[in-house]
Amino acid sequence: MTFGRGLRALSIASAALITGAFALVFFYAPNDADQGFIQKIFYVHVPMAIVALCGFVAGGIYGIKHLRSGDRADDLRSYVAIHISLVLAVGVLVTGSIWARAAWGHWWVWDEPTLVSFLIVFLLYACYQPLRFSIEDPERQARYASVFAIVAGAFVPLNFMAVRMAESLTHPRVLSTTGGAMPGEMRLTFLVALVGMACLFATLWKYELASKSASIQLRSLKRRLAGDAGLAPLARSASPQRL
Amino acid sequence: MRATVAALVRKDARLELRAFESVPAMLMFSVSTFVLFHFGLDRGALAGDLAAGVLWVTLLLAAVLGMNRLFLAEREQGGFDGFLMAPVDRTALFVAKALVLFCFLVAVELVALPAFVILLLQPGPGQALPELLAVLLLADAGIAVVGTLVGALAVQTRARDLIVPLIALPLLVPVVIAAAEASAPLFAAGGAEPFPGRWLVVLALYDAVFGLLAYAVFDFLLEE
Repeated sequence: MTFGRGLRALSIASAALITGAFALVFFYAPNDADQGFIQKIFYVHVPMAIVALCGFVAGGIYGIKHLRSGDRADDLRSYVAIHISLVLAVGVLVTGSIWARAAWGHWWVWDEPTLVSFLIVFLLYACYQPLRFSIEDPERQARYASVFAIVAGAFVPLNFMAVRMAESLTHPRVLSTTGGAMPGEMRLTFLVALVGMACLFATLWKYELASKSASIQLRSLKRRLAGDAGLAPLARSASPQRL
Repeated sequence: MRATVAALVRKDARLELRAFESVPAMLMFSVSTFVLFHFGLDRGALAGDLAAGVLWVTLLLAAVLGMNRLFLAEREQGGFDGFLMAPVDRTALFVAKALVLFCFLVAVELVALPAFVILLLQPGPGQALPELLAVLLLADAGIAVVGTLVGALAVQTRARDLIVPLIALPLLVPVVIAAAEASAPLFAAGGAEPFPGRWLVVLALYDAVFGLLAYAVFDFLLEE
């Protein structure tokens, strides 16, 4: 399995895009008229949230592929996508809280539907690793994790819809305001930041895939050389341990 | 398929009627939680959105108890193996278990809802009873579908009692939102207010989406 192919080019591209995005954020994009400098956290927060949600859905799509083909590599892809999205999701909640504190004066606001839906999605996916960890049989672990990834992936849009309907919509919705009334410089910066974040996600995803598959292959080579006796027993783990 | 589902539902109904394992526990839990809410909120009577929230959180937590036990007999007494050896459609087990959980929930609500009205709700639902029943049935269907899926997912894990609430509660947040928003005006202090029908649509949509989804993926939870 060659997960590492094209990794160097991708790493350079995402480093360049992220650097470029930050340069645009600090030197090109204008300060927001209402919120001033703090509004620039938007260029980190929103792309991170969008990429994390897409990563969760991608995990579900690889879950479908795994159930259809039984290919362990697809389970690994699904696992890594959800894993990295979870890390990004923590970042989203933290940056969102900082932004909310600066803009609205509170660390957490319940009447902002996007915030609340994101928290619910995060809470759901936080159970992904415990679920995997509590299943010992690797076949079953992969299959059950795929089922979870599919159901949770379908839950993401439904949940956003339900929460959005429940709120009174007193606050402007970030995406519709930015999509509609955002000045050109801001929109360009936002798009570069979004593409950069997506590239960063893809790079991290490929790195973790390459690393995990390398250690799995190393183990099977060791087994061929030394036999089962020469190997330390596998510790129970949430991540896939065979390919 | 229909005969299989009927046989499985009959089996579970007989088990429940002989051993009384789930429904009485769920019921006791609901009534105790109403009492807890009475003291926790320090109110003699509830109305409006507060009443709706107390009712739905209680029913949801009681349903989690049922989800925990739903597949327990199958796992501990070899029911899964027996079912897999039988030449029947595997989805029948999902349909039967969802029906069973739905019936359990209805049975619990038959007693818990009057208890709620007597203990906490002021004024009673009165004219709004048909709307309330519609909300209850649609929400029960959603809880039953998701609960069956989560119960089947969790029963094979080591930490079954932990996994069920951890996964089921976030998944059921939309049901709580829709059910609470729909029943809040029915419990309003000055008599029932106009009923927002769009929440019934949300509940029906949720039921349909998760019903289809669970129907599609359930087979993979059974393969050996």
